[in-house]
Amino acid sequence: MAENILRMHRITKTFPGVKALQDVSLDVARGEVHAICGENGAGKSTLMKVLSGVYPHGTYDGDIEFEDTVVEFKDIRDSERAGVVIIHQELALSPFLSVAENIFLGNEREKRGFINWNETNVEAAKLMRRVGLNLSPVVRAGDIGVGKQQLVEIAKALSKNVKLLILDEPTAALNDEDSAHLLGLVKGLREEGITCIIISHKLNEIREIADSVTILRDGRTIETLSLHDGSVTEERIIKGMVGRDMESRYPDRTPVIGEEVLRVEDWTVRHPQESSRVMVDAVNLSVRAGEVVGIAGLMGAGRTELAMSIFGRSYGSHITGTLYKNGSPITARTVGEAIRHGIAYATEDRKRYGLNLIDDIKRNISGAALGKLAKRGWVDSGREAVVAGDYRKSMNIKAPSVTAITGKLSGGNQQKVVLSKWMFSDPDVLILDEPTRGIDVGAKYEIYTLINRLAAEGKAIIVISSELPELLGICDRIYTLAEGRITAEVPIAQATPELLMQHMTKEKD
Amino acid sequence: MATTVKDTAVAAPPPPVKHGISFLTSRLRQIGIFVALLVIVTLFQVLTGGALLQPDNVSNIIVQNSYILLLAIGMVMIIVAGHIDLSVGSVAAFVGAMSGIMVQDWSFPWWAAFLASLIIGGLVGAWQGFWVAYVGIPAFIVTLAGMLMFRGLTQIVLGNQRITGFPEEYRQLGGGFLFPGLFPPETNLLDWTTVGLGLIATMLLVVTQLRGRATRARLKLEDEPAAWFFTKLAFIAVMILGLTYLLAGSRSGTPIVLVVLGVLIVAYSAVMNNSVFGRHIYARGGNLQAAQLSGVDTKRIDLMLFVNMGVLAALAGLIFTGRLNSAGPGAGNLFELDAIAAAFIGGAAVTGGVGTVIGAITGGLIMGVLNNGMSLLGVGIDVQQFIKGMVLLLAVGFDVFNKRRASNALK
Repeated sequence: MAENILRMHRITKTFPGVKALQDVSLDVARGEVHAICGENGAGKSTLMKVLSGVYPHGTYDGDIEFEDTVVEFKDIRDSERAGVVIIHQELALSPFLSVAENIFLGNEREKRGFINWNETNVEAAKLMRRVGLNLSPVVRAGDIGVGKQQLVEIAKALSKNVKLLILDEPTAALNDEDSAHLLGLVKGLREEGITCIIISHKLNEIREIADSVTILRDGRTIETLSLHDGSVTEERIIKGMVGRDMESRYPDRTPVIGEEVLRVEDWTVRHPQESSRVMVDAVNLSVRAGEVVGIAGLMGAGRTELAMSIFGRSYGSHITGTLYKNGSPITARTVGEAIRHGIAYATEDRKRYGLNLIDDIKRNISGAALGKLAKRGWVDSGREAVVAGDYRKSMNIKAPSVTAITGKLSGGNQQKVVLSKWMFSDPDVLILDEPTRGIDVGAKYEIYTLINRLAAEGKAIIVISSELPELLGICDRIYTLAEGRITAEVPIAQATPELLMQHMTKEKD
Repeated sequence: MATTVKDTAVAAPPPPVKHGISFLTSRLRQIGIFVALLVIVTLFQVLTGGALLQPDNVSNIIVQNSYILLLAIGMVMIIVAGHIDLSVGSVAAFVGAMSGIMVQDWSFPWWAAFLASLIIGGLVGAWQGFWVAYVGIPAFIVTLAGMLMFRGLTQIVLGNQRITGFPEEYRQLGGGFLFPGLFPPETNLLDWTTVGLGLIATMLLVVTQLRGRATRARLKLEDEPAAWFFTKLAFIAVMILGLTYLLAGSRSGTPIVLVVLGVLIVAYSAVMNNSVFGRHIYARGGNLQAAQLSGVDTKRIDLMLFVNMGVLAALAGLIFTGRLNSAGPGAGNLFELDAIAAAFIGGAAVTGGVGTVIGAITGGLIMGVLNNGMSLLGVGIDVQQFIKGMVLLLAVGFDVFNKRRASNALK
């Protein structure tokens, strides 16, 4: 193999209590397109943040050699000076500045503090031509589509004399046409001698443009495969991504499944701002009493969008389709209506959307059903504290009292508070979005036990997760979601990680 | 994403149960503000050679600051929700002017003018609340516009003339006293009405507090340490009785506006702590998205808050118009800033979600005592302004410092 531009050797990165990366090694040859694959949480983004100096030297163990010298990047500027540029999944353009200003942001064409506008715009136009952007450099970045914004990011990287370009899920938010253009551009950069690392869930894309692929799983390097001779199939990559042993990490349960509780028919949701983007596309699904139904999908597949749009239209625009509760159609235009119809939704991001972090446990638990504790608008604080105390015991929330501030609890305990809140609202349908994200193994087991208990009480439960073993461990039935569409409905008896991953990575025909 | 592991995965050891000193430090902010008030009162009592706590001066401080305190109640609620209201001074002036027109030009009886004024205040609040809640314009902008608009309207309806000569009953609210002639003057060693009122208030306080504690004990709920509870209760009781004694020795007894204020403080504290509405305000200010995803109708909350603020501003307008016996185009100028400062000195958070009525009242009293004490000392308005600004800055600075220390301790 050709000379290596990058060698990352035995990188270990620890966050308090969690090893995010353990002895990860990565060798990238000069001038190649190197893909990194792995499930969500496998450590891909962490590895790239170590490489680009987001996590500075000293916060991780191991060595990085770039162009045959050991480098110790202190921050992003440091790594950019060396020629390593990372483009994050969430684009970092300033929407009110022009494309040219964005390209040279932090790197202005200036003389003694004054911007040279002519040079800025002329140079920007040159860079934009290189990435195939036919726009005026003075257009505002916020006025162009996501696909073009992605190209602006690449132009920005080129302006910094990039040698190694890192793209984190570059096509996740793009439509097919923009994706094709972007991948073509990556190929073009390879011709110019720029090395590329690309993180992607879309395996066919990887097979199309990458020279080799490194697979991460649970914070470790599993293998690096060369894609040149075409012998590596998508199935082969999937096997590497999911092939972990399934221990008894899931409590046993005998499902007692009753009548259908919630059915979603022909549910279509568009992006709230860009109504041309269909986020959820004609989805049909149903869940019965006592049943745990999984929704498997990769990042950007529309999982959260689907759940939140069902939950009182708290996401999206131009929503069409029908919800049936116990067989009859219902309307739930606001979250309040959804709650009254017995639907509960525990969000994926509990800190941002689930909890009032500056308030205590009891007030968070009562938050969604305060009316149950109130008479003519006055809250019975005594009963509230009693109720919260009961949940603290039954849910095993580890805190000295129900007056503890939720912001100070651990992730697992915070999640238990969120679940308590929704259990107190006494729903018939519980939608749990990534219920175990960022929670340690012990707490996960407790959450699974709770899910089983709720199912045994006859609740209908929908679990959204990107961890396949989790879904396989707790669900009775699994829907796979890709690009906003349900691509398969798999009974648990037939479900295997490989099969699910195939459907999850299935693209539009 | 792997990075989310960072801040969530650690099973933090549960914070220890609080005893003694550590309980006190956890209440530092709460205690601090009262201590600050006491220190300032003591300081000026000494500096003015005892003039500050002269009965008539105490009565004066209360009446002089009553409308700011009233506005501070509504303001702290708005700030807890994460908004701000810059228009209250102008709204108070506008309502005062309208009430003047009603009693003078339209010959409304005083009670009809009061009622109509409060309704006007509510409508003004609804107007501003509509723009904030349903159009989505930041409250800063809406109420900045309101500040200009209602100041303008005040001048328009008054034709730039001052209205004076309000009827006697009207003036009672701002300047009157409770049953001044109820007892024959020869028995007036103290004002017995005030004494009775003070004793009743103290008894009500003690009884409700003890009953609340008994209920919590019966439900086996954890409670404040007994020492803290009884010290606090005794302290508040002594404060009320002390105030009673001072007012009972003053020339005219209890100002009517103090009764109004007292009732509102108790009522609004209850609303903020124990009503669904109040709890939704804290939820909205603490985390807007989480509140919405818990089914809280945050738009309605916003609207109601501004309606409430409008009504309180109207009441403040009636009080100071009555007290000055005059409705003028420049009335209520900069009241909003005093009310906002009171809320922030009293511990409200700029980011919303934190703040109490009683804190805002204490903050308002700090400003009021500073004003009065410095005036007694003959300190000029210029220096007063400067010192009040410093106090605001330091109070909020203390908050920020405390918060940073707390979050560092977590790391």
